[in-house]
Amino acid sequence: MNSQQRPEPKAQLMQGNEACAEGALAAGCRFFAGYPITPASEIAERLSFRLPQEDGSFIQMEDEIASMGAVIGASLAGVKSMTATSGPGFSLMQENLGFACMAEVPCVVVNVMRGGPSTGLPTNPSQGDVMQARWGTHGDHPIIVLSPTSVRECYTLTVKAFNYSEKYRTPVILLMDEVVAHMREKVVLPAPGSLEVIDRLKPSVPPEWYLPYEDTSFGVPPMGIFGEGYRYHVTGLTHDIRGFPTLRQDEIEPFILRLFRKISIHFDDIQIVESFQTEDADLIIIAYGCTARSAHRAMVEARARGLKVGLLKLITLWPFPRRVIEPLTRAGKTLLVPEMNMGQISREVKRVNQGMTEVLAVNRIDGMMITPKEILEKIQEERK
Amino acid sequence: MIEDRPLIYKYLRHDKKFPHVWCGGCGIGILLGSLIRAIDRLEYTKDEIVLISGIGCSGRLPVYVDFNTLHTTHGRALTFATGVKLAKPEMKIIVIMGDGDATAIGGNHFIHAARRNLDLTAIIVNNNIYGMTGGQFSPTTPYGQRATTAIYGSVEHSFDIAHLAVSAGAVFAARGTVYHVRQLDGLIEKALQKNGFSVVEIISQCHTHFGRLNKLGNQIDMMKWQRDNAVPVEKARKMSPEEMEGKFEIGILVDREAPNYLEEYEKVRQKAKEALSLQLAKEEKEDSDRREA
Repeated sequence: MNSQQRPEPKAQLMQGNEACAEGALAAGCRFFAGYPITPASEIAERLSFRLPQEDGSFIQMEDEIASMGAVIGASLAGVKSMTATSGPGFSLMQENLGFACMAEVPCVVVNVMRGGPSTGLPTNPSQGDVMQARWGTHGDHPIIVLSPTSVRECYTLTVKAFNYSEKYRTPVILLMDEVVAHMREKVVLPAPGSLEVIDRLKPSVPPEWYLPYEDTSFGVPPMGIFGEGYRYHVTGLTHDIRGFPTLRQDEIEPFILRLFRKISIHFDDIQIVESFQTEDADLIIIAYGCTARSAHRAMVEARARGLKVGLLKLITLWPFPRRVIEPLTRAGKTLLVPEMNMGQISREVKRVNQGMTEVLAVNRIDGMMITPKEILEKIQEERK
Repeated sequence: MIEDRPLIYKYLRHDKKFPHVWCGGCGIGILLGSLIRAIDRLEYTKDEIVLISGIGCSGRLPVYVDFNTLHTTHGRALTFATGVKLAKPEMKIIVIMGDGDATAIGGNHFIHAARRNLDLTAIIVNNNIYGMTGGQFSPTTPYGQRATTAIYGSVEHSFDIAHLAVSAGAVFAARGTVYHVRQLDGLIEKALQKNGFSVVEIISQCHTHFGRLNKLGNQIDMMKWQRDNAVPVEKARKMSPEEMEGKFEIGILVDREAPNYLEEYEKVRQKAKEALSLQLAKEEKEDSDRREA
């Protein structure tokens, strides 16, 4: 019995967290380790029920540190793995998340953002973990972070997160917010098998020739799996191409540079945005997550009032889609960034902008969503 | 042990540059010999072994041997092991930790792994101190003993690792020393064969830090101390607490049967599949009812 035999999907009322769990299954995830935390618990609950149906494993660990460790272990043994948490748990996961970056272990970490810092607002929405998702673990490292705005995207982007993690051998963070996670909306999920599912590349050379961290033109070395004859060493220490710890300058720098290059040469594949009526717009809203929903409404209202407003919805937050935003700043379009934090993405936009054009922000940090009205008022104030 | 050389050589990684990181006279090398002899006697293939470690002197052990090896973060070795075992139940998972690694930073993972009873073997080298970072006191530094962060003597009371494992639910818990090396071979062999979470605590010496700071002599003096103060479990049971003062038990503390986690989880999978069959049958019936209507 498996998901392929299930009937064709019908329209259903579904929650973002549930869609994320189903997306993970569709991507081939067969291992979940987690620790209860609101507003992410429904992902664990759903997978504790669904994974054993598909011959997978669900395990509730003693904390989030352990959850992240178990996820890496399962992935090294060849099983696509995931965990889900919220801010406080995400902080605990940073240690082993860095290990996954260093040892290049594919895995998906879902962080359903709630208000912070610390225990913060359980469980009012926030978008306060954008920078933590980028730089939460210590040391220079690249990371991929995706942010869904709808229940359907919770499903499709979970599949995409797994694909990126497998393709580029990197942890991928699905940065959801409480609104998107708990919201129920009508959704028709893609039919089983209709979405592309990518599996990691395994070595094809004889085991005695295998160099587990060898550079390739693609930047990502094929991954040996424990128990499949390619015995090698996995460590969080900086290592040479054989996987053994090294302190040699001529090995350290090329390794770290390759970690960055394997992401940067694939920006075209990784950086996803959606544009709405940006061609003729003189003011463009840049938004992500639940705020992009309000922004879309504000754009429609503004257009009805004859204002030339467009929306650039960021799906990939990191690596930051600089190359999409740069042309907008050069064209002198006013940029407006609404977000539920003190300005974590607007700061990035300003960094890209370098004073070329005006960058405005609407920020809320009181645990409430930014409404279309607030964004519209800001636009009208600007266009007076 | 001259006759062991070809055997040890068979399991070492020859593309790794030696020398190893351990101080001359360290007990970890003796433990590695015992582990290799146990693995060889049980005829495991190199491919089916996953050797996992945390951070510290003991954490450097896996890199030298030709198995699937995983050097994790400090204290977290058992969590990685949990994931590997669930993903590949047919593999033999051995986890090497130190006293600080297993019972300070990894203490929570240790007791929960024992409670969960997943089929893993934990080997804990107890040298009473953090060696790699320079001799700071650990959860097994005895009360009153000195360390570089307890220069006036430690005022904390120490853990008894093997008994901690028994209390937390390990189905096999034993203690050996690097002096009693033949016994140690046997203890590791038994632990590897055990179905469930097994623990072997190994009393070892850190003459570089613990011995020096506490004036316990060199590595040979410290091994003599192991010889003179280790009491076989059977004999210890007949001794009074006063007679046991300053001494410790060696041998098998507990060897009991209990269903392991994977056996229990297989039952969960069966129930889950039954639930799925019922759900699919229900959906099909609803569909056909709708078509008729």
